[in-house]
Order: sequence, then structure tokens, then C-alpha cells
Amino acid sequence: MHFNLLISVLASLWTEPGIWITVALLSLAILAAVAIAYSQARPRNRTEFERSSDSPRSAPTGGLIGNVDQSGKIHYLPSKKVGLPRPKIEPQLGRLVAWHIIAATAWLLFGTTVGEYLGVKFVAPDIDQVSWLSFGRLRPVHTNAVFWGWSSLAMLGLGYYVTSVVSNAKLHSFRFAWITFALVNLAVAIGSIALMAGINNGGGEYREYTWPVMALFAAGIVLALINFIATIAKRSTADIYISNWYMVAALMFLVTIVLVAYLPFWQQGLGETIVQGYYMHQGVGMWFMMFLLGLTYYFLPQQLNTPIFSYSLGILAFWTQIIFYTLIGTHHFVFSSIPWWLQTVAIFGSVGMIIPVAAGSANFLLTFRGSFHKVGGSYTLPFFLVGIVFYFTGSFQGTAEAFRTTNEIWHFTDFTVAHSHLTMYGIIAFFLWAGIYSIGPRIHGQEPPQATVGAHFWMALIGLFFYAVPLMIGGTERGLAWKSDSAFIESVTLMAPYWLWRAIGGTLMWLSHFVFAYNVYRMLIANKTSPASRDLQLNK
Amino acid sequence: MKYYEDHRKLFGTAIALFLGLTYFVAIAPALRNEAINEPLPGSEPLSSDEQAGKELYIANGCVACHTQQVRDIPMDASWGSRPSIAADYARSQRTDLWRNTATLMGTERTGPDLTDVGTRQPSVDWHLLHLYNPRAVVPESVMPAYPWMFQNTDMPAEGQKVVPVPDSYRRGSGKIVATEEALQLVAYLLSLKQVPLPDGSLTEAFAPEPTPLPASSASDGEASSTPQFDGARSYQKHCQACHQPTGKGLAGAFPPLAGSPIVLEEDPSKIVSIVMNGYDGRVSEGYAVMPPIGTTNNISPEELQAIVNYIRSSWGNDAPAAEIDQIRTALAE
Repeated sequence: MHFNLLISVLASLWTEPGIWITVALLSLAILAAVAIAYSQARPRNRTEFERSSDSPRSAPTGGLIGNVDQSGKIHYLPSKKVGLPRPKIEPQLGRLVAWHIIAATAWLLFGTTVGEYLGVKFVAPDIDQVSWLSFGRLRPVHTNAVFWGWSSLAMLGLGYYVTSVVSNAKLHSFRFAWITFALVNLAVAIGSIALMAGINNGGGEYREYTWPVMALFAAGIVLALINFIATIAKRSTADIYISNWYMVAALMFLVTIVLVAYLPFWQQGLGETIVQGYYMHQGVGMWFMMFLLGLTYYFLPQQLNTPIFSYSLGILAFWTQIIFYTLIGTHHFVFSSIPWWLQTVAIFGSVGMIIPVAAGSANFLLTFRGSFHKVGGSYTLPFFLVGIVFYFTGSFQGTAEAFRTTNEIWHFTDFTVAHSHLTMYGIIAFFLWAGIYSIGPRIHGQEPPQATVGAHFWMALIGLFFYAVPLMIGGTERGLAWKSDSAFIESVTLMAPYWLWRAIGGTLMWLSHFVFAYNVYRMLIANKTSPASRDLQLNK
Repeated sequence: MKYYEDHRKLFGTAIALFLGLTYFVAIAPALRNEAINEPLPGSEPLSSDEQAGKELYIANGCVACHTQQVRDIPMDASWGSRPSIAADYARSQRTDLWRNTATLMGTERTGPDLTDVGTRQPSVDWHLLHLYNPRAVVPESVMPAYPWMFQNTDMPAEGQKVVPVPDSYRRGSGKIVATEEALQLVAYLLSLKQVPLPDGSLTEAFAPEPTPLPASSASDGEASSTPQFDGARSYQKHCQACHQPTGKGLAGAFPPLAGSPIVLEEDPSKIVSIVMNGYDGRVSEGYAVMPPIGTTNNISPEELQAIVNYIRSSWGNDAPAAEIDQIRTALAE
């Protein structure tokens, strides 16, 4: 009888608006992936062949073989365009950015190795029985390391570069920047060890580090905030470029939410939950998303070599993001015992997010207008395109999840895990990689190998789909199983195949990070007079 | 625009707007909820062992998979007899200077909700075995094992709790005894019980379905005026964790129901008494004490009849079905 009930519930899936919204959003992302694949595979136009055959690598160097003239021949695997010849970054700034990228990459490897292991534990729960490695202790190690270690350090590194470029001013204080770097790394290192040892703050997601650990992080962010504002204050342009709006706002808001969430003398009882909803969602929306939008407003037009489509849309998105995003935190506690009006405000804010998300993604896509042919010949633009598509689809998915009808089914299931990876990975990580591949070659003049950038991109993207799609299907089925009142353990066994797929997709994502780390090595660490770098010098 | 050329004004406006909204959606409601909520009159503060257990629950990150909130929707009715209310969390105060309040509401339900687990599963022996290795009692479980809360010893000391671990899950030699930590964690889990509301009622209606699915309305049509219980399902809910889907129990921990003379007795009054009042008659054989599951879970005579008839007719058992009158008579005794 219950089986029949489950079948009929599954059949009624399509009447749930959230389901078809999600299916539509997902098909958008898949279509975009196919489009990128097509543009990468398509033979490129003539001017680019000419460009690649100009490469000094194929120039005659003497000897019989060397005298074979390659120019004018068709290259079946054309080489990607390297960065436009631009002056190298001044060494002091280059060193700062390079170290941020290197440390961020190290935290990415650490954090996702932990994540991969956690995914395996769903399939093989007895793989180890060591207290420091048990699931409940490791899960926050993963989330916090990729949040505060990987994403935050990469953002800061790219941000120092962007803020000084768009202000046309030297970074205010390199000393401050290095202190921030040390504090953030220290916080993540101490925090990770403490969590494994069983010392945590009491259970709020992304708030697992205790306040003394988070105080180190916050002190670093305060110094960075001073650094950014002081750099902007001595800008030699009249305007404050929009990137600086977003980045400075993100730094100010992060300091605010950390103070609200961590001041150690309040939040008794339900107060803790109300603040938790606020904190966890402002963390992702007002720190990561806000800062990344700022970076993208610089890097995307720079890589497309065209101005941003509409400055005003960027301003509209900025203010509406503040107005609506700040309200949405408690949508993580719909139907719980926090005040009903507060839940309704959060749902209202989630719907309002359609405005900044549509404005932002339309702005980025329209900046691409007329330049889509460049995607095939670039190794940074595909990362931007994926980031934009997930910004649109992932954020709208968040709105779709916030309604009471959909929240009832999806909340508490792995659907939310899929959502957080579509956003923190699909948006944040892909934009960060786009920025890193844009700026990396300009620090020592060393391009990463084209083949390994492609491998990184496709493994990460395909891995993300294999990770998220099964979890969304399984999460939906699980929520419906709960609703049809079947036994809880049946909802565990029904997840088993989806958890296996998640582990497979996660493995692809995880392996792609080692390829990325190799690319970082080639750009920032390898012998600085390698052939690749000589090529670039000659290109200039 | 001049306004956008002055970084003080621009950033000042942004932070002022953010702070204002922060006060509106976070600071003010949090302060107000701190001020207006008090623990329910029937609730008790945690004992020192239970508090130590709660700290172990926090340290091991159990909140990553277990919620402690019964939402006000029918789907959550299986986790408690009423929706959680703000007063249920009023006893949660800051753990200490270094650590925040732990309401442990959670945001993932990979494992069951634990708001009322002390009512649902009151057996200490079951919890200990489950913590040592969850798969020993629930083969499909993906919960981590916590063997570091147990010790191996050849000679258990007086009063030490020996855990009857089946051989395939045993690690090391000798007997496996629970450490103080394991007992404290179980004490905390058993303390998790919903407190009756001050008017004396334990139950409060759940909010109606926001969107009734066609499937559920169809099943409503089938239901007659008296509630019908599916014995297999009620067994799964209340009995299976210990006595297992096979009815064979677990050697040395939970006795088999298949072929059990008590179950097969023609008069159901003994089995009714055991379900409702608990049983310690087989402790000398090494089995755990049976808790009064029927009473703590408020099982109705109809559901009890369904359970009794299910176990009397499954796994090769062939005792005659008990009539509802027999059940009522047995309950009256």
C-alpha cells in the first residue's frame, strides 16, 4: 500500500511548481555546457588560425624538419589565445597575489580531499572508526576550509589586484595585506584542528569555529577593509568603479555578520537560531557572492576586451542585493518555532532576489553580446560563462526552494547539499578560477598548459553535474517518501544509489583540483624562464 | 554623479542600510525571543551526566545529520506528539564563554529527528549497541560508529555496563564495556523527550497540509471511521529496532519473537502486558530489559492489536489472531 502511495506521489511530481522550475533551471545549465562544448570543439575562424600559426614555437629553427613551414596549414587542435599583451604586474603586488592563490589552492586541495572522504563515508560508513575522522567532526572541516581557506583567500588575492587597478592607485599597505594573509591562514589551520579534536561552537552551520579562532579571521578582514578603503581613498579617478562597491561592501558586511554572530554574551534559546539563519546566509550572499560580483565586474569586461554592458544595471543589482538578501536568512528555518512573520519576511526576500540576480546575470550575458565567438578561443571565458549560468540558475533555485510548499519537501534532504554545491562551486569556484586564469599568467608571464586547463574545466563541470543532479532527484524522492509517511530507514536505502553517484561526481571534481593545482604550479611556481614564458616574451 | 564619487557617502549608505536591516531581521527578533520565552513548567534542567552527554553530542557534530525540531506540518508528526515551540528551546543557554548556545535544531535530516528519541527508544542497551556500531542493530544505517567510547576488557568491573556486540561487529578481544562517555551520551539521548503543554495535553494538532497531494486524499477516502493500523508498519516503527525485521532479535541482547512461547501463548494478556509495561523476566539469560514502549508511545488498543497479531502470525508464528475485546480485557488488567 505504501509502495503504491509512493508511486502516485512520484507521479504527481510534475504538478509541483518547484520541481519544474528546477528542471528548467537545470536544463539551462546543461544547455550552456553543451554550447560551450560545441564552441570549444568547432573549427575556429581564420584570423585565429593565423594568430596561432604566428606562434614562434612553429617558427623555423634550422635543420630539415625545422625548415618545414607550418604557416597557412590548418591546425586541428588550435591553441587558445593567450592573454592580451599587457604590462606585467609590479613584482610586489604580483608576489602578494601569487601567494594568495597558492595558499587558496592548498586549502582547496585540503578541503575537498576532506569532502571527497565524507562523500565516500555515505557509501562505506565503516571505512574508518577514528574519532578525529568521524563524519560529524569532519563535515565542518570541509565546509569551513573551502569557505574561509580556499574561497576567501582567493577572493582577497584577486581583490587586492582589482582594487588597485580600478582605483589607479598603489595598494595602501602591503604590510596589512600580508598580516591579513597570515591571520586568515592561521584561523583556518587552528579551526580545522580544533574541529577534529571536538572543539566547536555548538552546531550552527559555518559557525563551527569558536570565537577566538574566528576573531583571528575577523581581525584579518578588518585590516583588509582598511586596506581597500584607503586604496580607494587615494584613487586617481573621480568615479569609484563598481567592482570597488561590491568588494568594500562585502568586507564591511562580513565584519558585521561575524560581530553579530560571535559576540559572546547573547543569543540564548531561540535567539541563537534566528541569528544562525541570518549569519549562515549572509555569509554566502554578502561575503562570497558580493565580493565575487565585484571581481567579475572587472575581470569579465577585461577578458572580453569590451566595456560592461550597463553600469546602471550593476548599481540596481547592488542596492537590491542589499535590500533583499539581508532578509532571507531565516528561510532555513521555515515551519520551525521561530516567529511566523520572520519566516514570511525571509520568503518575501527570497522572491525579491529575482531582481538583483536577473539584473546581474543579464548584465554579464549582455556584456558577452557580440563576443560569444571568443569563448571557443579562450580558456578563461568558459569559466566565466559557467559561473554566470549558475549564478542565474543556482540563485533562482534558491528562490524556488524558499516557498513553503517546496521547502516542506526539500528542506532537510540532500537537495540543499546539491544547491549549496551548485552555488558555492558552480558560481563561486568557477568565477574564482576564471579570475585566477586571467591574472595568473601575468604575474611571471607563464601560461598554464592549454590541455590541463581544459581537463580542469571539463572534469569540474561534469563532476558537478554528476554530483548535484542525483542528489536533487534523490532529495526530492526522499522528501516525498517522508511526506507519504513511509518508514524513515526506507528513505535512507532509497538514497544509496544517489549517494554513490554523488561520490563519483565528487571524485571527478576532486581530481580536477589536482589538475588545477598543477596549472597554478606552472603559472606561479615553475622555473620562471621556461619555454612557455619565453614564448610570451617573444609574443610581446 | 557626485554622490557616487564620494566613497564615504557611498560606503556609509551601504553599511547603514545593511545595519538597519540586520537589526530588523536578526538583532531585534533574537533579543525579543530571548526575553519572552521561558521553559515549560514541566521541563527539567539537564542533570550533570545529561549535560556532559550533550557536550559530547556537540563535540562529535551529531547535528550534522540529526535535527531536533518537529516542524508544524503533518510530515513531522512521526517525530513527536506536537510541533516544537519556542519555549522548548528556552533552556538552551550559552554553553560557556567560549562556545555559543546549542539549540541543535539542525538543518539536515540524514538521520532521524531526535526531539523525542527518549520516548521513542528508551532502551539504554539498544543505544549503547547502536553507538558501538549502528549497523549491528540497523543494517542499512550509514551513521558513524563510535567505538572509542567503549573499552575491551577481560574482567568487567562491578557495575560496568557490558555491551553484547554480535561477533561480526566486534573489535578486539574480551568483553566490550561502555565508558562513562558512552553512558553520558545515552543519558542525554534519553533525556530528549517532549514536555506536555501546561494545559496538561501532550498533543496539539499539526497545521494542515499546505498542498494536499492527490495521493493522500485518495487514501483518506479508503479509511473508515475507526483508525486502521497496519501491523507490519507499527512493528517497524516501534519494535523492529531491537527485535529486527526477521523477528529473530539479536543474540545476547534482544530476544527472538519468532517461536517465542510468550508470543505464541493463546491468551494474549502476557504479551500485551510486556508491550505496555516492559519486561525484565529474561535478564538472567543475558537479554536487555524491555522498556514500556506501549505506554511511553501512547499506543492505542487498535494499534496494539495490529502489532500483537502481526508478531503472532509472522516468521512462522501461527498463534490465533487476538480480538480487540481480548486486548481491552488484557489492558484493563
